[in-house]
Amino acid sequence: MSRAGRIARRGFLIGSAAVLGGVAFGAWRYGRPLPDPFMGDLPQGQSALNPYVLIDGEGVTLIAPRADKGQGSRWMQAALIAEELDVDPATARIEAGPVSAAYYNTSVLGESLPFRPTDRGWLAEAARGAVDVPSRLLGFQITGGSSSAPDSFEKLRLAGAVARETLKQAAALREGLDRKDLSTADGAVILPDGRAIPYTQLATEAAQIDPIDQVVLRDKSQWRWLGRKMRRGDIVAKSTGTQVYGADLRLPDMLYASVRAVPQGGRITSLDSADAEQMRGVRRVLQIGEAVAVIAETSWHAMQALQAVDLQWAAPDTAGNQDQIWDSLTQALDQGDVDSRLRNDGDVEAALADGQPVTAEYRVPFLAHAPLEPMNATVRVDADRCEIWTGTQVPDFVVSHVADLTGLPQDAITLHNQMMGGSFGRRLELDFIMQAVRIAAEMPGQPIQMIWSRAEDFTHDQPRPAQIARGRGLADKTGIRALDLAVASPSVTASWFGRVWMAPPGPDNTITAGAWDQPFAIPDYRVTGHRAAETVPVSSWRSVGASANGFFHGSFMDELFDAAGIDPLQGLIDACDDRVSRLVLEELRELSGWTGRDLRPGRGRGVAFCLSFGVPCAEVVEVTETPQGIRLDRAFAVADIGTVLDPVNAEAQLSGGMLFGLGHAMNCELTYRDHMPQQTNYHAYQAMRLYQAPQVQVRLLENGPVRGLGEPGVPPAAPALANAIHAATGMRVRELPMTRQLRFA
Amino acid sequence: MQVTVNGQTHDIDADPQMPLLWALREVLNLTGTKYGCGIAQCGACTVHVDGMAVRSCQLRLGDLNGEVTTIEGLGQPQALHAVQAAWIDHQVAQCGYCQSGQVMSAAALLMLNASPTDQDIDRAMSGNLCRCATYPRIRAAVHDAARRLAGS
Repeated sequence: MSRAGRIARRGFLIGSAAVLGGVAFGAWRYGRPLPDPFMGDLPQGQSALNPYVLIDGEGVTLIAPRADKGQGSRWMQAALIAEELDVDPATARIEAGPVSAAYYNTSVLGESLPFRPTDRGWLAEAARGAVDVPSRLLGFQITGGSSSAPDSFEKLRLAGAVARETLKQAAALREGLDRKDLSTADGAVILPDGRAIPYTQLATEAAQIDPIDQVVLRDKSQWRWLGRKMRRGDIVAKSTGTQVYGADLRLPDMLYASVRAVPQGGRITSLDSADAEQMRGVRRVLQIGEAVAVIAETSWHAMQALQAVDLQWAAPDTAGNQDQIWDSLTQALDQGDVDSRLRNDGDVEAALADGQPVTAEYRVPFLAHAPLEPMNATVRVDADRCEIWTGTQVPDFVVSHVADLTGLPQDAITLHNQMMGGSFGRRLELDFIMQAVRIAAEMPGQPIQMIWSRAEDFTHDQPRPAQIARGRGLADKTGIRALDLAVASPSVTASWFGRVWMAPPGPDNTITAGAWDQPFAIPDYRVTGHRAAETVPVSSWRSVGASANGFFHGSFMDELFDAAGIDPLQGLIDACDDRVSRLVLEELRELSGWTGRDLRPGRGRGVAFCLSFGVPCAEVVEVTETPQGIRLDRAFAVADIGTVLDPVNAEAQLSGGMLFGLGHAMNCELTYRDHMPQQTNYHAYQAMRLYQAPQVQVRLLENGPVRGLGEPGVPPAAPALANAIHAATGMRVRELPMTRQLRFA
Repeated sequence: MQVTVNGQTHDIDADPQMPLLWALREVLNLTGTKYGCGIAQCGACTVHVDGMAVRSCQLRLGDLNGEVTTIEGLGQPQALHAVQAAWIDHQVAQCGYCQSGQVMSAAALLMLNASPTDQDIDRAMSGNLCRCATYPRIRAAVHDAARRLAGS
């Protein structure tokens, strides 16, 4: 089926609408329209349009509906529109989209389906189309799952193309010419005699005519901006301290607040704030739910006063110590209740009974998101409205939850989504925003910026869950014959949905994502997910299930290759049954100059592969054993994202994702004691630092479908490093973080 | 109390126990300097006091003795410092929240060491945490900034 046909099936029509002083182009909904952000400004009788382009007398505005957490998606989205519209993205105004259920994300839910991403058969494709339905019901405007690029790729270019052709039509009508004789350049329609009519002068006329929706998207060979080195629109601001993040917002007469909450699920039993109330700069001390909040002249005063509050609490009725949590995971494996078994090729039990299986058990810890900008939200609550400034990945959920909390109608709530100082999945949560609203509701009309201390952030994260996996397998000189992997984890999906909406029924495929869906042909091959009890709230952490499963699967394949005396990179290539993935592995062999795992005594290389979010990604890490510990010398990564829309940024995401994965594998864990993580700041959670960062080389391929790259660089990093350490030292690291067993230089 | 920031002297009414970081961000509204950890572990709050890199979250106003330069005083979008120009050309930033501190640490390093090696850079800048792990571009941009300063 043609791409245009698919778009029609998905329910998109690109069209236009008159707006005050100009015209908007975007995606029309047919059927029952979803709430529209611009309906308030449209005359009666108009229906809903999700605008991506606004043109008025002032200029051209490109609207990027997906949030920017630092991955640069705002400029990628703008460039997609600009490429077809013929405006220079560097000179256009770029705005984040207002909150609208109509900006739903068709791509993110597709990743939860039980079809391997490399499966492009009719059933898998049909199911991906069907996911559109629950996604529509949910009305997702969500940024996550590396979905911004695939979700935007056609929609935004179509919006730009329809806008361009409609503006040409408006010019043709005005001048008595034929549209096909006109062209466009630099924000203007060019007439055959060379005269240029700026789009801004055609906006009101364009709003009066039927949009030209029969458009052909330009071939990539014609692209002027996409695929070429672009300068991110925020790069000057972010290099000069002039970028305003949520925490930098300053409103007139604003006060500051901070909170100290009891462990999640706990209850306050007593609270004595007498001393805190007497401290300088303190305006109010409040109990908000199971937390104490201080409103003060500065956030420093607020944080100081919080320390002076005597807070006693009762523990939640769940396991709150790390040992108990490990026990619950072991129990889930031992009991063997199957949550999912999405891969079950051949007969693993029979095959394993036929030989001496290699066995291994792996563990990964809880991991904090800990983006560098602490959680914050600025809120003003009035009798009939509420205004919120915060950085969030889920604006729809923010509005609906604030409506529930305040009793205000949704259209009385204005959310200004702010530039985010990182997220890694943390800003999929609503906790800090709800706290800020509750605080501001205590002082109506008063704008209050609530910001967490770093300790609050570490101790009240919903982390990546700790997980345990067991592998059994057989290999001979022809390759891996049998591989059985069992993974135990609480359900991130149930935990998160339970907080923001309601937990869905059925298995949680993210428990084995990054393991069951790998493109390898192994005769007897089984991957089973076992759902462990939810001991502490858990959430999506950059690359979600694949962050753990990449390590389990990638490490165990390496152990099997090693047992059979097979070169691990050649073994991966030979076992791979997906062309796009195999090309990635072959490119990595060339890029890394692979000649085998052994370099010389004390040095070694490791390789690992993981396909996540539809992106095959393979990485090689080289290490040296030194008297100061293991030193990471060089790291290489190759990924296939179909079409590289923004090469400078794509390289940054792949390099950054790999280093993010390495740093956490080496140095990071959260361990729980009495329901609270013991790590309270970066001194105990070092991640990657400059001195430990290896030299990096990355390469991007374009053989598969268009995909995003925010996450896929993470999963292969930990196993590539573990496999390199084995090559250099003979030691198998089966438990993360690696600093539990060894030192790094 | 008087503090001199970016060449301008301010009379501020603040607790001498308050760390400089909060005075910059929430009293003077100079928000280019960031709060990340509050315990000198992330470097996002790095400023210069008389040209030396200092973690402003640890320097109490009462102990401040010298002129403060923040990222806003180092250079502006229309008048970039060499380090900022290099940071822009190498497109170092991802989320960008740590980069004010990175730029200030790099600028202080280059005042002391005009042509640092990779090792010198690692030593001087490992206190600046970047959660996005932009480190390869940070190294490249510091070398580039050193060349620009040598050429100017």
